[in-house]
Amino acid sequence: MDSNYLKVEFPSLPENVSLSRVIVASFAAQLDFTLNELEEIRVATSEAVSNCVIHGYRESQGRILLELTIKDGELEIVITDYGCGIQDLDLAKTPTYSTDPERMGLGLVFMESFMNYLTLESEVGKGTRVTMRKRPERGTNHDGSKQ
Amino acid sequence: MNIEINRSGSVLIVRIQGELDLSTAPLFREKVEAELEQFEGVKHLLLDLEETPFIDSSGLGVILGRFKHISQRGGRLSAINVSDHVRRIFELSGLLKIMSIQSTLEDALNSLKER
Repeated sequence: MDSNYLKVEFPSLPENVSLSRVIVASFAAQLDFTLNELEEIRVATSEAVSNCVIHGYRESQGRILLELTIKDGELEIVITDYGCGIQDLDLAKTPTYSTDPERMGLGLVFMESFMNYLTLESEVGKGTRVTMRKRPERGTNHDGSKQ
Repeated sequence: MNIEINRSGSVLIVRIQGELDLSTAPLFREKVEAELEQFEGVKHLLLDLEETPFIDSSGLGVILGRFKHISQRGGRLSAINVSDHVRRIFELSGLLKIMSIQSTLEDALNSLKER
């Protein structure tokens, strides 16, 4: 597989969180990920899309854009919402910080633990974009180059 | 997702059939809270995760919320039939500090009813 991409847009319904997991895992399976790595990708995706539904749009509803790319043996997932944005990025990144007592504040912790790369860009009133990358562990040298 | 609930003395046995995430967490909360309100003798919560292939932080959040409720009654939290992947999510979240994983239903019931 040299390169591939997929672009999907869907409304911020809780039901679409599981749909996004299925889409990302199916796409990711084109690379040589282990079952365990695919599970990690499913969790990271679930957290990112849940964040759009819960924090991006809160009580309202909007669009979530899911963009997937395979390039040079690496998976990139970009998840964008056009919601309220994050006021304080440093606070949002604090492990176990949450704006909701029923939530654990672990979404970003899981995304960081399970993916090789994570960036979070946000503008108040405009929205938030999460970019995550992961490379299959097998078939990859320790310096990240392909075998 | 479906939630199957049984009682054994002071233990509420909750079998989660399906994935526990943002869309299914409210059903888990409602069903367990309804039982806790109806049966004041219920102290402990035992999660049977044999048919639960996936839990994310939304699922962990509702489990933690119910633990807070039963701990006010002196209750404890246990789980059985936990897959390796779900166990890792529990470990990373720190939930294993408040939840014990047991190998069989009988072990779990005995350990919960001990005290």
